[in-house]
This record gives sequence, structure tokens and C-alpha cells, in this order.
Amino acid sequence: MKRVTAEYFAIFREQAGLGEERVESNAATVGELFAECAVRHGFADPRERCKVAINDELVAWETPFAEGDLVLFFPPVAGG
Amino acid sequence: MHCRIDHEPLESDALRSAMIDRRAGGFVAFEGWVRDHNEGREVVALHYEVHERLAIKEGERVLTEALARFEILDAVCHHRSGDLALTEMAVWVGVTSRHRAAAFEACRYIIDEIKARLPIWKKEFYRDGDSGWVNCVGCAQGHAHHAHASRDGQSRG
Repeated sequence: MKRVTAEYFAIFREQAGLGEERVESNAATVGELFAECAVRHGFADPRERCKVAINDELVAWETPFAEGDLVLFFPPVAGG
Repeated sequence: MHCRIDHEPLESDALRSAMIDRRAGGFVAFEGWVRDHNEGREVVALHYEVHERLAIKEGERVLTEALARFEILDAVCHHRSGDLALTEMAVWVGVTSRHRAAAFEACRYIIDEIKARLPIWKKEFYRDGDSGWVNCVGCAQGHAHHAHASRDGQSRG
């Protein structure tokens, strides 16, 4: 069981009702962690349209995470 | 070369003047403006949320790619954060080059990549009082008709 801080942005923050939370998980990758958070908070955007960062570095969904990491979940972007 | 996130209105003249270069034979700029409609709905205002550290890092990665791919002299990008009114400038991209073709191509490349890659989110506020995050599924307010419209929009990619 690893404990991390999950941070949510834009529609994810509104759907979760919070900007960040402490999460305990047995997930092996940030993709699996996202799936758990998505079920809990009702995130509807498909993973392939979202992005994830660990400690301010964008990473692939298959990336493992470590105890104490800050994991940022980004919904589909819309700059410009 | 730099990418900046701005909290105050963008000024075309100042941004252009900062790029003047005696080696340059051409300058191309793209300005993205806040328009009054999107997907058939009347828009009255926008809010941009930006993860600034990652947006600047990814934006400068895009500019570095453009400098490597095209025969240009310099490339700069500015993007607004916060609340914007109709007609305000949301994004500015400027490129200088010795010859015009490369500046046009690089400018197009930069704005396309910025829209697709930077952690920036746009919330639209509509005339009917509703609001929604562009490109995202569902609606924070939970209006059924809007959630349905967003699902349709999402399938278009």
C-alpha cells in the first residue's frame, strides 16, 4: 500500500470537489491509480485524452509511482 | 525563445517590438481571440486555468522543436490565464525568420502543438447561464442536456 498526494485540475477538481487529496492505493502504475480515482469521483473523460504528471514531470500511464509522490491528473486540455 | 503565462491583457505592439531583429526578413504572428460562440452556443466570457510550471516547460519544448525543424531566427509564445472578456487576446505566437515561408510554417506548428499539449483548460460561460469545460465530458453543474452534448462533442475528438 502506497500513500501519495493526488492533485486534480479544471473539471476533475470540480467533479472531485477538491483540488488535492491523500490517496492510499495498491495500484502499480499511475494509470491504475487514475482508474481508481476516476471511479471514486465520477471522472468521465477517457484516459487516452487525459495526461498525468509525477512531481511536475509529464509521464506515461504505465509509469509506476512511489510512496510520497505528488501525482497530477490533467483532464483534456483546451489552450488557445 | 520563451513561453510565458500572462495574468494581464496581451499587447500586440509590445510583443512585436520585442522581436525586432536586423537579420529577419519576415515576422509572422498568430493571435487567438475570445469569440462569442462555440459549438452553436453563445459565449459571453472565458476562464483559463493553467498549470504554469508545466505549461511553460512544455511550451518551451514546443518552441525548441520549432527552432530545430524550421529555418527561423526566434519564436515566442504568450498565453493568458484567468478571466477573459470577448475580443480579448488569449494567445500570441510570434516567429521571425530570414525568409517568410519558414515563419508561416513554424507559427502554424507552434500554435497547433500549444493547443494540443500545454496543461491549459478553458471554461466557457454561455448566454443562458450555463458553463462548461471545453473538450471535457460532462458538466460541473450536472445539467443533463449539457452532459449529453459534451459526450457527442467528445466523440468528434
